[in-house]
Amino acid sequence: MASLVGSRVERKEDTRFLQGKGRYTADINIANQTYAVFVRSPHARAKIKSVDTSKALKSSGVVGVLTGKEIAEDKIGGLIAGWAIRSEDGSEMKVPANPPLAKDVANFVGEPIAVVFAETLDEAKEGAEKVKVDYKVLKAVVDPAEAMKSEAIHDGVDKNLCYDWLLGDRKAVDEAFAKADKIIKVDLINNRLVPNAMEPRACVVDYNTASEEITLYTTSQNPHLSRLVMSAFGGVAPENKLRVVAPDVGGGFGSKINVYNEEIVCSWASKKIERPIKWVAERTESFLTDTHGRDHVTHAELAVSNDGKFLGFKNETIANLGAYARVFGTVTPTYLFGPCATGVYVIPAAYSNVKAVYTNTAPVDAYRGAGRPEATYTIERLVEKAAMELGMDKTEIRMKNFPTQFPFKQTLVHTVDSGDYVAGLEKAKQMADYAGFEARRKKSEANGKLRGIGVSSYFEACGIAPSAAVMSLGCGVGLWESAEVRFNPTGQISVFTGAHSHGQSHDTTFAQIAADELGVPMENIDVVHGDTDKGTFGMGTYGSRSLTVGGIAIVNACKKIVAKGKRVAAKMLEVNEDEIEFKDGEFVALKSNKKKTIGEVAFACYLPGQRDEMKSPIPEGDEPGLIESSFFDPANFSFPAGSHICEVEIDPDTGNVKVEKYTAVDDFGRIVNPMIVEGQVHGGIAQGIGQALHENTQYDETGQLMTASYMDYTMPRADNFPEFNLGFTCTHATSNPLGVKGCGEAGAIASPPTVMNAVIDALGGQEISMPATAEKVWKACKTMKKSNAKAA
Amino acid sequence: MKLAGSYQINLSKEKVWEALNDPEILKKSIPGCEEFKKNSETEFTATATNKIGPFNASFTGDIELTDLNPPNSYKITGSGNSPVGFASGEATVKLEDKEGGTNLIYEVEANVGGKIAQVGSRLIDMTAKKMADIFFGKFSELVSPKEISSSESSIEEKGGLEDQAKPKKQNQKILIFAGATLIVAILAFLFL
Repeated sequence: MASLVGSRVERKEDTRFLQGKGRYTADINIANQTYAVFVRSPHARAKIKSVDTSKALKSSGVVGVLTGKEIAEDKIGGLIAGWAIRSEDGSEMKVPANPPLAKDVANFVGEPIAVVFAETLDEAKEGAEKVKVDYKVLKAVVDPAEAMKSEAIHDGVDKNLCYDWLLGDRKAVDEAFAKADKIIKVDLINNRLVPNAMEPRACVVDYNTASEEITLYTTSQNPHLSRLVMSAFGGVAPENKLRVVAPDVGGGFGSKINVYNEEIVCSWASKKIERPIKWVAERTESFLTDTHGRDHVTHAELAVSNDGKFLGFKNETIANLGAYARVFGTVTPTYLFGPCATGVYVIPAAYSNVKAVYTNTAPVDAYRGAGRPEATYTIERLVEKAAMELGMDKTEIRMKNFPTQFPFKQTLVHTVDSGDYVAGLEKAKQMADYAGFEARRKKSEANGKLRGIGVSSYFEACGIAPSAAVMSLGCGVGLWESAEVRFNPTGQISVFTGAHSHGQSHDTTFAQIAADELGVPMENIDVVHGDTDKGTFGMGTYGSRSLTVGGIAIVNACKKIVAKGKRVAAKMLEVNEDEIEFKDGEFVALKSNKKKTIGEVAFACYLPGQRDEMKSPIPEGDEPGLIESSFFDPANFSFPAGSHICEVEIDPDTGNVKVEKYTAVDDFGRIVNPMIVEGQVHGGIAQGIGQALHENTQYDETGQLMTASYMDYTMPRADNFPEFNLGFTCTHATSNPLGVKGCGEAGAIASPPTVMNAVIDALGGQEISMPATAEKVWKACKTMKKSNAKAA
Repeated sequence: MKLAGSYQINLSKEKVWEALNDPEILKKSIPGCEEFKKNSETEFTATATNKIGPFNASFTGDIELTDLNPPNSYKITGSGNSPVGFASGEATVKLEDKEGGTNLIYEVEANVGGKIAQVGSRLIDMTAKKMADIFFGKFSELVSPKEISSSESSIEEKGGLEDQAKPKKQNQKILIFAGATLIVAILAFLFL
């Protein structure tokens, strides 16, 4: 039987999605449900003097109105920061309380103050307009670079500083810099992004008055984690009285990791008003309240020798957390960012210092890549600038500093188990026709256009992650993953995973893996996820962890099925267990060549007896049934890596940047489904090009979100992209038995610096910030023209 | 947001102010204006309801007049609230003689918040301009000599009499109404 792992199996989920048969949270309706509409702060920072709900309560169709006062009285806990980060001086980070409904003070535009439940959505909206909140407007802190000099927005958080974190050795770095021939410096802004999942957040809550169980249907990337947080920290219900279901979810990109205010409030309220509740975010509510991404202000320096060797690296970053610290908010700019900022290079001395600040803006948390795009942007801008200033070839300077030995002990934290960075860059050069670039540049020039080429080499730490490692770094939970494989008597198999698919194609890839392990057709396997009442437990999907952690748990559970199957088959075939070989779904007695299929064995496990026969096929010490589970905790992170090359052409008359060619060569270890991996890379690159050229989240100086709809927030479109030229190299991960590394975030990590390096190359080295909009590029072209004229 | 503009009205400064003294004309000129309430000589509350774009909002604006320099310039500080958000800001208004008529120049600096800010400044700016045109178009139509000579003749008479009878106090009152008119119009622009 041919292996399914490695083949381009078509996606099982496409049938329902392409026919519009996906079942999303907003598709779910429960008899007698009410509709929730939240009253949100129109101010970035304001004292809430009073909330008058009397008129709203009298409004037609309104069933109930609840405010921060009631939720505080019921002692419902707030939203949490999942990682505890310590400052350089050893002090613990400062985290303000984040109640589900703001009671005394609102800290960002869109923060919920009250909620109205009504018989219809229109009545709920009408009711919400009648809730009168009396505010005392306070001066908002908006600019992260100014936050430490501004008035503290939270009690007990001096200078608005959550932590001042250091990783690395300042002294060693100073020594390295003292010996350097040249210091390359960059000042960077990593633009704030709105994740923009296609499906806005939503929840439907059903409280069962008989069993006292709350069922929460929600748009989550990690339903079990949501249940844990809502139970342990929210106090909404005991875990065994709370069922969280995340059905089809239309994209997350990190924004659906968090347990949000609306889910906590609706779950609590459903029990209070004894009615089901439905809430679906409008698009602008998503813009305002989904956790945003990036938002760093960075100064970084690279010490180099004249022959292009990297000697030292320093990184001073201010990270904007927004108004509150959320689940991955505090770790994204520290352990997910700092260690990766030295890139794929041997740099003897390095440090990353990050000051995370609170501002009156939406909370910032993980967004596709989470910290690693910011890290890669920092080092790859420096490396490209170093090449330019030293007059070296962009690829040569990289090759010169790549590690050649693996495992590679990276400067700050990680030991990279496997990789071949030279092979990746060589392949990318060849696929991109790097050598032919000058000819193409001349041709563009002849047409009055500016052409530039940019390179970026990256690695990332994903497959998040080894529990011992992450908990030692401050994570509140262990990040293993679980799986359960239920081999049913009639031969169908249910594979339960704690990972959650919201675009990652688990239905297909996990079935491929299990089918190979069990030697059964893929059609017999159903992958089940997203329901805390079905699967054992799980930490969810983010950080490219589903396959590298969750996939391995499935493999291990399948191996346990086969091991038990072997014992049962041995008894059935009347041979010793070590005389049985399992191959292509059959247990074969090596000597006699007698066999039992895995289906027959499973059947026997459930019906261990026959009429007129006293023999049981279940060996002594074993139990009937064929269900196995596994919790997999990896030994290390996994480390995908690669090199991307981009060519852009700029029209100096309009400033329009056209991405002409984009080549990506990635090492994701073993690939389960090349078609799905290519799709993930496409999506990641598209999001990265979006960050580099189009997307920007802008607050005005009073903290009003100016880019709160698609009128003002530019999403990249299909016609902004060329056909992506993808290639792969493969070194197997040694930290898991499949040798897989994860591919979900790589495109978004590598592409922003690749594109920006190309734009800056086209502009003759003139630095501009992301997004390189036509306006900015046009201005840069004019400056370039002037300085060229002067030089001439 | 910033908003600036000027309008040429083919009447003398004095005539413009006379007309501005008539609450009925103001009500008719301001889109959706329902009432002016005078709280003191320089403080007002005005209410308007408009249904344009995605919002149908009734909002109430508090207005204060400062830096009164009759008959040339003044400053209006105002803030308005509605279920769809808020607006607060300052408007500087100048009246100048020009080409035998009056040129009214305004500059607004305003903060808008809530849903109204989120619909996008391009939409707000565009609609604000459009609303300003409606306001001044309607206003000119109502006060222009042609119109006055026909159905609205009583207005000219009334305004003229008052202006002559008690110039100082009346000037102030005229200004207040002018201010109120503008700020309500501006708030109306912002709330579309």
